[in-house]
Order: sequence, then structure tokens, then C-alpha cells
Amino acid sequence: MVMEIVCPAGTPAALRAAVKAGAHTVYCGFNDETNARNFPGLNFDRQEMREGIAFAHAHGSKVLIAINTFPRAGNEAIWHRAVADAESCHVDAVILADLGLLDYAARNHPGLRRHLSVQAAAANADVINFYAQTFDVKRVVLPRVLSVQEIAAINAETEVETEVFVFGGLCVMAEGRCSLSSYATGLSPNMNGVCSPANHVEYREDKGVLDARLGGYTIHRVGQNEPAPYPTLCKGCFGASNKSGHLFEDPVSLNAEQLIPQLQKAGVTALKIEGRQRSRSYVAQVVRNFRGAVDALEAGRPMPEGMLTRLSEGQAMTTGAYKKTWR
Amino acid sequence: MELNVGPNQFFWSADRWTKFYNDLTSTPVNRVVLGELVCSKRLPFYQDRIPEAVSTLIEAGKEVALTSLALITLKRERKQTAELAEMGVEVEINDLTTLPHLPKGAKLSVGPLVNVYNEGTLAWLASQGVKRICLPPELPLASVRTLAFAGADLGVAIETWGHGRLPLAISGRCYHARLHKRTKDNCQFACEVDPDGLDVTTLEGQPFLAMNGVQTLSDTYATAVHQIDTLREAGVSALRLSPQSNGFIELCKLYRQVLDKDISGAAAIKTLTRLDDNVRLSDGFLTGNRGVDWSGDQAQPTLRV
Repeated sequence: MVMEIVCPAGTPAALRAAVKAGAHTVYCGFNDETNARNFPGLNFDRQEMREGIAFAHAHGSKVLIAINTFPRAGNEAIWHRAVADAESCHVDAVILADLGLLDYAARNHPGLRRHLSVQAAAANADVINFYAQTFDVKRVVLPRVLSVQEIAAINAETEVETEVFVFGGLCVMAEGRCSLSSYATGLSPNMNGVCSPANHVEYREDKGVLDARLGGYTIHRVGQNEPAPYPTLCKGCFGASNKSGHLFEDPVSLNAEQLIPQLQKAGVTALKIEGRQRSRSYVAQVVRNFRGAVDALEAGRPMPEGMLTRLSEGQAMTTGAYKKTWR
Repeated sequence: MELNVGPNQFFWSADRWTKFYNDLTSTPVNRVVLGELVCSKRLPFYQDRIPEAVSTLIEAGKEVALTSLALITLKRERKQTAELAEMGVEVEINDLTTLPHLPKGAKLSVGPLVNVYNEGTLAWLASQGVKRICLPPELPLASVRTLAFAGADLGVAIETWGHGRLPLAISGRCYHARLHKRTKDNCQFACEVDPDGLDVTTLEGQPFLAMNGVQTLSDTYATAVHQIDTLREAGVSALRLSPQSNGFIELCKLYRQVLDKDISGAAAIKTLTRLDDNVRLSDGFLTGNRGVDWSGDQAQPTLRV
């Protein structure tokens, strides 16, 4: 079976562009703190969601709604409403991370298909099977800390479909278990749906040197005419033990395009593209490329090569943990 | 209010490890969670000492639990997790993988690395037999209060972070190994020279984080010693001290004195800075804007936007 391409849409226009470009599935979120890309001007109100899903269905594509932050104590109703609204919008599945919300959805919306968000950091077959047995989770988005071999081993031990990230931003920490951003800025992916938020970023230029600061901490410094990557905390430049550099991860983004055949052999069902904050033209181009790749694989044609490099905004590309270079 | 000791987050020699738990027998703490939290490769170095430490602590009147790993991916780690349940000691779950391995009806507790952010999650965990939850340190006071209230109804004791470098992230990649240009499988135990983590600074030399193998911690020691009354009033029933290589016995005594109202929180802060004049404190997750914030008079980097 052809591998499913799951692409991001931050706006109704991006959703339509992704569908037209051949996305099998589009994922998006409501325009509030219930999703992990809670950026200004992004995401869907209820009406837009209903229309977007109808558009996708009319063109043979599916839509998933990410409700994947952790509900704030005392305010769970906001997240419960998001699950109910997702079902009434006729979404194909919701992507959830929080145990309480999974339990709520399984009890109150049993007919609504549930996927386990990467934010749940389910990194082995035991816990994936546990989520399936307990909350009837049908698919798990795997954390970006696993090698292809480890993914194959997981698939050998579970009936749950697996979805893996193949392109875009790369978390080097186990997702959903990182509070680096809230330590430095007060806002975190888990609680606020943002990481290293732009309103806490400050650039300062002095004598041809450009400093990037996050929450008051200088975590990147480049000379004139050098590319200045966004100061995401884990990809910043730090010092330790008389060494300095990108101690956690280089300012790279993920591109596992060339690993698609191995991922298919490893039993992966769906390939996920990160980037709900990206433009519709970016989304369309990435979708076309990945759709071309899985269609070629299915037809036994050679994979198209390296089409996406220029989309990475000058950043270097990495295969992340997949090639086992971390271990 | 109880005073509890969380699992050691660092890689200590077996002798240092043994001495630490022997020393704890004479401290005024109620409960000790021990075992390997951060890296499964460290465990073989002291694993055979665990049963004796457990019995020594129990004999000294301490309640004891064993922690699970914080991130379980490998077959070896899954096996270690399954074996935890067979040791006959209460298990603290710090990765949900542990839960299905534990026998039905076993006494369960949940550590700060499981995401318990709301009443729904708390209630679900209670339905699985969980009797105690140490909340994630990221939670603000308003959430702590709501969860402590909900916990009281469900018979779940709520514990919060009391003192120590904050566990901020865990990864599949080992940063100590990366610093030495090694892979995780060939790390040569680079983390063993840093018994409290390796200081990580910004490009301006400002202290910021601490590296501990696959774990990233805060540079600051988060403390709640001056907020004990507030936490007690919020319904919190226990405070957790996180092991550090120096002055831990004094720390246990100090916190007990504040819990017993023998000295004030403000006086305790003065003592903390006297015990270690380089210590940088924080309390921002509980009551500030950012985790690193400190309500006292220490200078912290400010946001200039």
C-alpha cells in the first residue's frame, strides 16, 4: 500500500493547497491553546474547520485535528469542547497527547478515531500497546528520538499504525517532555503550544556582529552576511567545559526523504511533514515532492533526489536519529 | 507535611551512591525514591547495591520506592522496567511504559516526569491505583492548588518540587557524549566527572543550563523553602528534595526546620546561600513569569524586548 503523506496546514489556504498538491491527509488545529502550534494568525476557527474538512473530503483527502497540548488545570472544558467540535466538523481523527483528554474522548466520543500525538512521547511497543488497549488509539506519531531499526522493532510488536516525521523542524528532546522554553521564556509547548516564542526573541547588531537572544539569553551569534538561524533554544550555541558550539543540536532541519524506502520496510504507515506555520506555497511544494516519492516507490521507479534542499531556508539538513548516528 | 527525597539524577560512583543512602538514614526525611532515572547504562555500576540500600532505609523508618527510567526505548530498558515490578518495592512511574508492567493492586506513585497537568489525568491515574503524584515542576501555583484539591477527593497525595536543579528535558541523544565527539553507545561514561551536572553557559558566559548525559537540567536550584506555607495552604502534602553531591544532609535538616516552623523561609534562604555562596536559586515556575525567575534579590537576566 502506498505510504500516506500527512501534511500540515496552518490556514484554510494552506489546506486547500495541500489537498490540491496531492496530500492524502492534512492536519491542522483550532485557533487557540489546544494545539501545539498556537501562533498568532495561524489555525482555524470552527467555521473554517468545517469548510476545510468538507473541501478535503470532496477531493478525497482526510483531515486530522491536533488537540495536543496538555489541558490547563481548572480549564479542561476548553479542550473538551475542541474534541466535541472536531467530531461535529466530521474530522477523520483527533491527535491527542494528554492522558485525561484521551480518557475523556474515549468515553464521550467513542466513534471519533484517536491518534496519539508525538507530544505523548510513546517510544516503545509496550506503551504504544497500552495506549491502544486503554484508549483504543489507532495510530501513534513516533518521537523523533528513534532510529529506523528501533521503529521496525516497534512495528513488529504492535498493530497500531505508526506515523513518523520526515521533513521540517526537528525536536532533539523527547517531545512533550521538554520545559526548556518555559524555563527561559515562560511559555512552553506543553502548556501554551509554543516553543522559543518570537515575542521573546531579540536581535542585536554591534560592530558587524549579530546576536540572537531568547528570553534575555544570548544563544546565537553570527558575523555580517552569515545566515542567522531562528534562536530555537535546543539549537542555540552554548559553552561548557571550555568548549563552545551547538551543544545540543546544530541549527538543522529534518529531511528523511532518502530514508522513505527503509521506513516503508520498517512498517511505517504514514509520513508526516512538520510546519503548520509555513506558507501554502512551501506546503504545496513539499507535498508534491513527497507524494512523488511515495508514488515512485509504489510503482518501483527510482526515488526523485534532493528536491527539497532549497526549502530549508539555508539550514543544513539532517536525518536526525533515524540513521542511528546518535547511538 | 512530608519531606521526601527524589531519585538521584546524576552518575555517581557506587561508593558515593552507597554513602549517600547510608547518610540519609539519619536525616529527618520521610520517604526516599531511589534507582536509575536518567540513563540505563549507569545502572549496572550500582544495581547490586540497591537491595541493601532499600533495607537499610526501611530499617531506619523511611518509606522507600524505586523509580522507573524517564525514557524507555531499548529492549534492555523494557526488560529493566519489567524487573522493577518484581522487586517487591513500591515503584514510582516516570515513564508511562512502567504502568502496564506493574501488578494490579500494587501501590503506585507517579513522578514529576509524567505529564500530570490537569484533573482529568489525575483522576485517570487514580483509577489505575495511583496514590501519590509528584507534580511536574513546570506547573504554576494555580494548577498545583487545583490538582491538590482534586487529589484530596480521590485519595491521591500531591507532592511538589522542593529543591534542586530542575529536570527540563530528556533526549535519545547523550550530550555529554556529543561534547566529547562520541556516540551514546560509546560514551565512555563522560558524565561521571560531573556529580551535579556540567554547567552550560550562554555565549556571554552567563550560567544557564546543566548537562547530564541524555538529560538537560536548569543551572539554578529551584527552591520552595520560602513558599512552604503557601504550598501547605494549597493542599500539597509533601516536598521533594533532589539529591546533590554536597551539603544534602544539611539541606534535609534545613527544610525540616522550616516545615516544623523552627525557622522562617526567609531565614532558610539566607542559610542556603551561606551553605553554597555560588548557588543560584529560582522559583519562577511556581510563582514567576519564567522558570528561571527568582523572587529574591539575586540578579537574573532580564527580557529586553
